[in-house]
Amino acid sequence: MGLLTFKIGGIHPPENKMSASAAIEEFAIPKQAVVPLAQHLGVPAKVQVKRGEMVKVGQLLAKGEAFISADIHSPVSGKVFKIEPRVDSTGFRKESVVINVEGDEWLENIDRSDDLVKEIKLSESEIVKRIHEMGIVGMGGATFPSHVKYMVPQGKTVDYLIINGVECEPYLTSDHRIMLEKGEEMLIGVSIMMKALKTDKAIIGIENNKPDAIANLEKLAANYPGISIKPLKVQYPQGGEKQLIDALIRQVPSGKLPIEVGCVVNNVGTAYAIYEAVQKNKPLIERVVTVTGKPVGKPSNYKVRIGTPITELIEKSDCSMDATGKIINGGPMMGKALVTLDAPVTKGTSGILLIENEKAKRVPIMNCIRCGKCTTVCPMGLEPHLLSIIARQGENEQCEDERIMDCIECGSCVYTCPSGRPLLDNIRLGKSNVGFMIRNRSKK
Amino acid sequence: MDISIINAIWVMAAIGGAAAVILYFVAQKFKVIEDPKIDIVDEALPGANCGGCGFAGCRAFAEGLVKAGTMEGFFCPVGGNDLMKGLAPILGLEAEEKKPQIAVLRCNGSIKNSIPKFDYDGDQTCSFTTNLTAGTGGCSFGCLGGGECVDACDFDAMYMDPETNLPVVKENCIACGACVAACPRDILELRNRGPKEKRIFVSCVNEEKGPLAKLNCSVACIGCKACVKVCNFDAVHVNNFLAYIDYDKCTLCRKCVEVCPTDAIHEIHFKPRKPKPPKDETKVKAKVEKKVEAKTEVKVEAKAEAKVEAEAKVEAEAKTEGDNK
Repeated sequence: MGLLTFKIGGIHPPENKMSASAAIEEFAIPKQAVVPLAQHLGVPAKVQVKRGEMVKVGQLLAKGEAFISADIHSPVSGKVFKIEPRVDSTGFRKESVVINVEGDEWLENIDRSDDLVKEIKLSESEIVKRIHEMGIVGMGGATFPSHVKYMVPQGKTVDYLIINGVECEPYLTSDHRIMLEKGEEMLIGVSIMMKALKTDKAIIGIENNKPDAIANLEKLAANYPGISIKPLKVQYPQGGEKQLIDALIRQVPSGKLPIEVGCVVNNVGTAYAIYEAVQKNKPLIERVVTVTGKPVGKPSNYKVRIGTPITELIEKSDCSMDATGKIINGGPMMGKALVTLDAPVTKGTSGILLIENEKAKRVPIMNCIRCGKCTTVCPMGLEPHLLSIIARQGENEQCEDERIMDCIECGSCVYTCPSGRPLLDNIRLGKSNVGFMIRNRSKK
Repeated sequence: MDISIINAIWVMAAIGGAAAVILYFVAQKFKVIEDPKIDIVDEALPGANCGGCGFAGCRAFAEGLVKAGTMEGFFCPVGGNDLMKGLAPILGLEAEEKKPQIAVLRCNGSIKNSIPKFDYDGDQTCSFTTNLTAGTGGCSFGCLGGGECVDACDFDAMYMDPETNLPVVKENCIACGACVAACPRDILELRNRGPKEKRIFVSCVNEEKGPLAKLNCSVACIGCKACVKVCNFDAVHVNNFLAYIDYDKCTLCRKCVEVCPTDAIHEIHFKPRKPKPPKDETKVKAKVEKKVEAKTEVKVEAKAEAKVEAEAKVEAEAKTEGDNK
């Protein structure tokens, strides 16, 4: 019987999971932590502390006051040195809280032990409130404030909770290690999420290139009725929300959210963070970051405090900076190149990828030869060659009709284009113009 | 000749005649009556169809102008004041006199002033790049050097300077506004050309606090307000740490240019200033010495006074003690 997979498009870039066997290492606390106030999708959080104030680990630094926003907690203990704009991994200056670290003092009510806590004492609404208060956001990299997904709209029910253990981006392995080393904690997290959504069925989707993780979770899940483990065919972008639902349940209609087909999707890292939030009272202050790439002498998976400068991660991994042409925050398909190494690790930093000089520059751009490969591989069934041209020409209404807003920006089209055309760049430009047009329309 | 041929001929003729009559009446009913002035005005217009007037081409401008019945709000930047004066008698109206304008780049973030901090290898079009990155110099407000403005110009009035990586506006610019609309960061602005092409403007659009702005560019406006203090004509104001000169109020006195600490304010086409006469060294020395003398005199006096006061105090105390004893 063939493995499950999504039905439209897809590519298979080389996996390069060179850090897959590196166990999670606790990374040293930095001397100065730079904590941006915008680490999530939506409105940046509002700062609650002042210059000179002493803070402890887990203390609230900033409150997310809008509906789509998240709280931010201190990852270190020490004195607030400055609150000023600092360049982060997006390349722009964002307002950040800079803390000079003193010791490692945590808030008293956080349980720091490694003991497994199985009993779920909180009620459904208390769980959602705790997820909100602990600043949990999507750890797959999109950083969507998680509590919003748990506020199921009236009239809709959740049939399945889907857990994304796919990690389809080449090179990245942080989710793989969490499934191997923190498997049972993660399953308890899934049970908590099932309780909050009032469903008794959960499916964890894992790509077939992680047989050890699949075996480990299948063994552990025997004690958790309702949670099933499904291996998936190795294809990019299987980890995309809509592609995962298509493989496991059915296709989500264009422009709609997963709740339309009775699903809520969350990453395995988010499930682990929710376990720690609900069972240990621990806010989101650290995450697993993969440091990898050909110039890296010691590909690693580190557990890093948020706010740690990325330069420290690179220094500890025996990297050859001479051989490095580009450093990417994220994976090679959807990550963004860094403009400065002083940028801090944030809630969405899943990996730091060093690219060797030979592969760092773009290929020369040639004319479109109408081969149609981009259309074949698009997982959302779009026509990238057409969208690229009309987006560049500013034909916004036509872009909207051709469903440009369905694009998940996975990069499959750019990967296959034999002429090296900047398809995704033009589509992103079109999406930003069409988004602007749609927002103005609803204002009138 | 066969009767059938003659029949064919007069049947065709009758159909043709009927069609002609029907067409004549239909043409009369659906005739478009256009004011003949529109054609005359359209003839007089430059025919560039650049859209600088705000209309969809020269014909649309002509139609709008004739129908409006007034020349207020109508101006063809290509033809300028001369054209509008020429159109006035055709319409029997008064022409507005507008000050000639030119597009101005309000940024001096050249490669020398805003040193690139990393290599950018992506798409060079400004409207794409501005969403992706602040710019190689680090300033998220300044010119990206992509040249979308140069591409937008229909009149060959702009080119990219390879040394600075900034666009240059040539004198043949007719201020149609195409480049202003093309710039995603609103750096270009239509400003008055000024008498004899003299103009003064703040060549910066950065709204960050002074020290942050200067981190990325050595000639940024830091919002220090030195220019505001020195302007006697209320022409320059600072908002969001950025100075802006109102070109209608500015009298081109150049005081703000002299006083700007980062050279962010530019003066164009002015004669170089007369160098101030060198100060007479001996006179200056004498002046300084006199000042120092005056100061020390005051000090000495003050000390003497203090001494006298102190002695008086001591005497007074001794006296009271003596009294008490």
